[in-house]
Amino acid sequence: MSKRIEVNDLDVYYSKFLAVEGVSLTIEPRTVTALIGPSGCGKSTFLRTLNRMHEVIPGARVDGEVLIDGNNLYGPGVDPVLVRRQVGMVFQRPNPFPTMSIGDNVLAGVKLNNRRMPKSEGDDLIEKSLRGANLWNEVKDRLDKPGSSLSGGQQQRLCIARAIAVQPDVILMDEPCSALDPISTLAIEDLIEEMKTDFTIVIVTHNMQQASRVSDRTAFFNIAGTGKPGKLIEYDDTTTIFSNPTVQATEDYVSGRFG
Amino acid sequence: MSTTLTVSAPVTNSLTAGKLPKNSSLMVLLASWLVVAAFFLVINLAGVTDGFNWAGTLFFGTVLYCIALFLFSYFVEGIRRAKDRLVTALVTIAFVVALIPLISLVGTTVINGLPAFLTPTFFTESQRNVVGAGGGALHAIVGTLFVTGLATLISVPIGLLTAIYLTEYGIGRLAKGITFFVDVMTGIPSIVAGLFAYALFSLLFDDPGIRFGFGGSIALSVLMIPVVVRSSEEMLKLVPNELREAAYALGVPKWLTIVKVVLPTALAGIVTGVMISISRVIGETAPLLIIAGFTASMNYDLFSERMMTLPVFVYNQYASQGTDAQAYVDRAWAGALTLILIVMLLNLAARLIARVFSPKLGR
Repeated sequence: MSKRIEVNDLDVYYSKFLAVEGVSLTIEPRTVTALIGPSGCGKSTFLRTLNRMHEVIPGARVDGEVLIDGNNLYGPGVDPVLVRRQVGMVFQRPNPFPTMSIGDNVLAGVKLNNRRMPKSEGDDLIEKSLRGANLWNEVKDRLDKPGSSLSGGQQQRLCIARAIAVQPDVILMDEPCSALDPISTLAIEDLIEEMKTDFTIVIVTHNMQQASRVSDRTAFFNIAGTGKPGKLIEYDDTTTIFSNPTVQATEDYVSGRFG
Repeated sequence: MSTTLTVSAPVTNSLTAGKLPKNSSLMVLLASWLVVAAFFLVINLAGVTDGFNWAGTLFFGTVLYCIALFLFSYFVEGIRRAKDRLVTALVTIAFVVALIPLISLVGTTVINGLPAFLTPTFFTESQRNVVGAGGGALHAIVGTLFVTGLATLISVPIGLLTAIYLTEYGIGRLAKGITFFVDVMTGIPSIVAGLFAYALFSLLFDDPGIRFGFGGSIALSVLMIPVVVRSSEEMLKLVPNELREAAYALGVPKWLTIVKVVLPTALAGIVTGVMISISRVIGETAPLLIIAGFTASMNYDLFSERMMTLPVFVYNQYASQGTDAQAYVDRAWAGALTLILIVMLLNLAARLIARVFSPKLGR
C-alpha cells in the first residue's frame, strides 16, 4: 500500500516569489520522514506540493518533478483529485466536518465522493479506520454524535482516521501535534509508529524531540534570510542528523543554538 | 431624592471604592420624573398650559435623570463609573426610543385591523361584487403568496449561484464587477424595478396595458437577487478554509466540496438570509401596482390577467373608499395585519430551519 516518493529539483513559487528552491530527495516506502527547520523555511509549502494541496493557495506553482512510484505528479494531464486520493493529509488544526457525525466524518472520503457503500461495509470501514487511529474504544458508543463534540486530541485522531479511511499510499502530516497537549501528542506519536507498517508518512514538526522519536529519516530545511528561498540543507537518517550532522547549520539547529 | 444617596462603609480596603446603592439608577429615574411632573403640575394649576404635559414630563424627566445620575455617580463613585452609568443610560434610552415606533405600529395595526380580520369571510372570499362591508382578502393573500413565491424561486438559485461564484471561483475583474453591480442593485428604488418589468413585458408582448402576476415576480426578483447574493456571500465566506482543504485532501473534487461541505455548513445562515430577503420584498407596493395591477377577483394564474397582492390591496382599499368608508379602512388595516403576520411566520420558520440545520456543537 505504500509507495516511494522521489523529488527532483523542485522549486515552489508563490506568484513571483521563490519560496522553496532546488529540493531533491527520495522517501522510501514504509518509513517516517520528518521535515524540520525554522518557521517560514518552506517545510509546509514543500509538504503540500507532495499532494498538490499548494494549488489551493492562489498563485502557487511548482517547477520540477515529484514521482510517486515513478508517476510524475506534475506530468501533463494529471488530475490533482486522483493524486489526493493516493496521498492523504492531516492538518495542523483538527478540522472535522461540523455538519457530520463522528461516523460520517470517518466515511467523509467515501460519502463526499458520491460513492455508494452498503451499511455493513461502511460500519466495518468506520471500525477499522477508528481502530487504526486508536480512537475506536473512546467513541464506539457515540458514533452518531457530532465530530466537534470530541476533545482536540480526539478530533485530530478522528482526522487521521478520516485520512486513512480512503486507503491512501502516503500520509502527509503538517504539524499534527502543535495544537495538542502532551498526552494527545503521545497518543498520536504512538499511532504514527503503528501506521508506519502500512503507509509512507511524511511529517512536518517544530518539535525536534518529536522528530527524533518518530522518524526514520529527517530533512532539515533552512532559509538564508527573510525574502530568500527555503532550501533543503541536509537529509539523512534521523540518528545521523541528531548526533553527527555534516552541515554546521544543522548542528546549530538541532542543538538549539538558533531557530 | 438625596435619601437614595448613601456612601457605603468607610473605605478601609485600598481596592474598594464608593458605590451607589443597588437600584439607585431606577430610583433616580423615578425621582426625576416626579420632580418634572411636579413642575408641570404647578404650571398646569397656574393655568399656563392646557392640561397636564405628559410628553414634557417624560422627556425632561429623562434628561434630568441622565444629568442627575451622572452627578451622583461622579461624586460618590468617581468619573469612570459616572461615565459608565451615563453611557448605559443613553444606550438604554436609545433602545427604548427605537422600540416605541415598532410597538406603536404593531399595536395600532392589531387594534384597527382585528374587526375586519376576524370577519369569517376575510380568508374565504375575494372583493368581487362587494361595495360595502363584507368580502375578504383571499385574492390578495393568494396573489402575494404566488408572486413572492415565484420571485423566491427565481432569485434564490440565481443569487446563491452568484454568491458561490464570488466566494469559490471569482477572481479578478469579473468578480469585482459583479460585486460592484450587486451593490448598485441593492440601492435600486423599487418603483424602478416595477418600471423595468413593465417596460420589458410591454415591449416583449407589444401590449402597453400589460398586467400580470409573473411580471410582479420579475420585478420583485430584481430587488431580491442582490439581497440574496450579499447575505449568502457573507455566509459562505464564514465557512473556514480548513474545511475546504480537509475535503480536497480526501480527494474530493471542488464542486462536490462546495455542494457537500461548504453549503451544508453555511446552510443555516443562507436560509436566514433568504427569509430576510423575502420579508424585504413581500411588502413592496409600487412595482406590483405597476406590473401586477389590482383587481377585486380571484386569479390563480400568474401568467394572465391582473393579480391582487396584499400591499396593493391595502393601498387600494384606502385610496378608493366606497360609500361605506369605514368598511374599506377596516379592510385596509386587516390586510396590513395579515402582511405583518405572514412576515412574522416567515421569520419564525427561518429561526426554526436555522436551528435544525446549524452545525451541532456540544457533547
